[in-house]
Amino acid sequence: MDAIITFIGENIQLIYILILSIFVGIEVISKVPSALHTPLMSGANAIHGVVIIGAIIVMGHAEAGNWPALILGFLAVILGTLNVVGGFVVTDRMLEMFKKKK
Amino acid sequence: MIQQYWLYLIYLLGSVFFIVGLKMLSGPKTARNGNFLAAAGMAIAILGTIFMHTNEDGEPIGNYGWIFGGIAIGTIIGWISAKKVKMTDMPQMVSLFNGMGGACAALISLVEFGHLHDDASPATVLTIVAGLVIGSVSFSGSIIAYAKLQEIMKKTFRLPAQNILTLVLLIATLGLTVYIALGHPSTTLVYTVFALSLAYGVLFVLPIGGADMPVVISLLNSFTGVAAAFGGFLYDNQVMLTGGILVGSAGTLLTILMCNAMNRSLTNVIFGSFGGGSAAAAGGGSATTGGAVKSSTPSDVAIMMNYAQKVIIVPGYGLAVAQAQHVIHELEALLEQRGVEVKYAIHPVAGRMPGHMNVLLAESNVAYDKLVEMEEINDQFSTTDVVFVVGANDVVNPAARSNPASPIYGMPILNADKAKTVIVSKRSMAAGYAGIDNELFYYPNCMMLFGDAKDSITKVVAELKGMD
Repeated sequence: MDAIITFIGENIQLIYILILSIFVGIEVISKVPSALHTPLMSGANAIHGVVIIGAIIVMGHAEAGNWPALILGFLAVILGTLNVVGGFVVTDRMLEMFKKKK
Repeated sequence: MIQQYWLYLIYLLGSVFFIVGLKMLSGPKTARNGNFLAAAGMAIAILGTIFMHTNEDGEPIGNYGWIFGGIAIGTIIGWISAKKVKMTDMPQMVSLFNGMGGACAALISLVEFGHLHDDASPATVLTIVAGLVIGSVSFSGSIIAYAKLQEIMKKTFRLPAQNILTLVLLIATLGLTVYIALGHPSTTLVYTVFALSLAYGVLFVLPIGGADMPVVISLLNSFTGVAAAFGGFLYDNQVMLTGGILVGSAGTLLTILMCNAMNRSLTNVIFGSFGGGSAAAAGGGSATTGGAVKSSTPSDVAIMMNYAQKVIIVPGYGLAVAQAQHVIHELEALLEQRGVEVKYAIHPVAGRMPGHMNVLLAESNVAYDKLVEMEEINDQFSTTDVVFVVGANDVVNPAARSNPASPIYGMPILNADKAKTVIVSKRSMAAGYAGIDNELFYYPNCMMLFGDAKDSITKVVAELKGMD
């Protein structure tokens, strides 16, 4: 029990961010028209590509001779970038089409 | 230290960009700029991390060659595949990119686990292993979803005792995760959890098919968000946490909205036995609705539409499959020239994903204001001369309104049956996704136009052109 309370106490700011972000996430998309569900999902998909930052940190602190860390980290950077770049570009392509009017 | 604070400021800005971007993505006018804004937030967060991040020992980021190399490779592949993908293949592309994010989270956890010191707190270990589990499930699940939508994997598998097997696997994974966190951080165990999670992701998605795929993709999407958030906890990184949780909660809400539109619960989608359970109901249904259907010809259809005041087109999954989105726009333009009012009625789950139909039709230059959502258009059917249903089935099945025994009873539908004439373009009398008969086809005001949607509509267009 103490361990849990300690964990919460030490990370209280992050936990506040966590709770508030949950509400913000729900609030910002609650009025989305169903026509935009797919682009929205795709845009959200790109945003969770923020995990790339973890990959950069892992890669950036991998020791020179530690090949498993270097290779896994390198792969993580590639995959994370794929998620970010592919996600935003695909979303833009979808949204671009909504703009075209005769 | 001051550099650290600059990075915090950049992360704060990045988080705000994510929130505002997501907000803007939910309005048609602002959506595209919202996407740019979120991308800008991502760019500054990434650049800030590369050039300003220091770990707890104060060491800056190194290995620039590896990092920029990885980013370059990912950018090129991601950009090209995103630019090349056909609009009809969009859902599986989103799923694939989502899987990449999940794999990224899992790999980070694997590396960080190798870095753990002996005195690491259970909370740290749990954070790492949880990121591994969720990331892996999201990865393998997304790959299966991709394979299914891309039709590499055509059948829906349901192993014997699927639900029990999946449940056992889930409990084993979670149990082992807790066991590792409570002071048994062995590499073997972690790789076992990794393998179990991958297997769970596969089993989780395998039995799900057809119209439920978007729900699963959306759910896996929010999983990856949560996995990213665990990374945020691990590195005390605010932007990873906000970005991840935003997607986690928004994605969950989106998943629920999609389920609601189909009148299904999430548990039903995941553990459901739609295919099996509805077979009996379908048998009963067809007995009561059986009878003759009227079939029609392209020239009849062209004449009816030509002399109509108002035509509503109901596009569905079949339209996307037949790639008929361009020719349907041609038909619409032709009718408008002749003074016929044409609208598209978009059911919330039309196409392969909610909103997918809008994207497809927008691609073929259909004006945004011609696409009308279900709530708005449902009152207009009674004053409509011709409703043209293309490749849709369950979403216009009146049984959803009137027959409590039907498995789709209660699902919101388009009231196409209220129009003076309903024309249904369909390949055969085969049942729709729900596997049930559609009584609309037997209604006196309904006519069937059998054949491939693209072929049929092309013929109607040709007939219309010949009528000058």
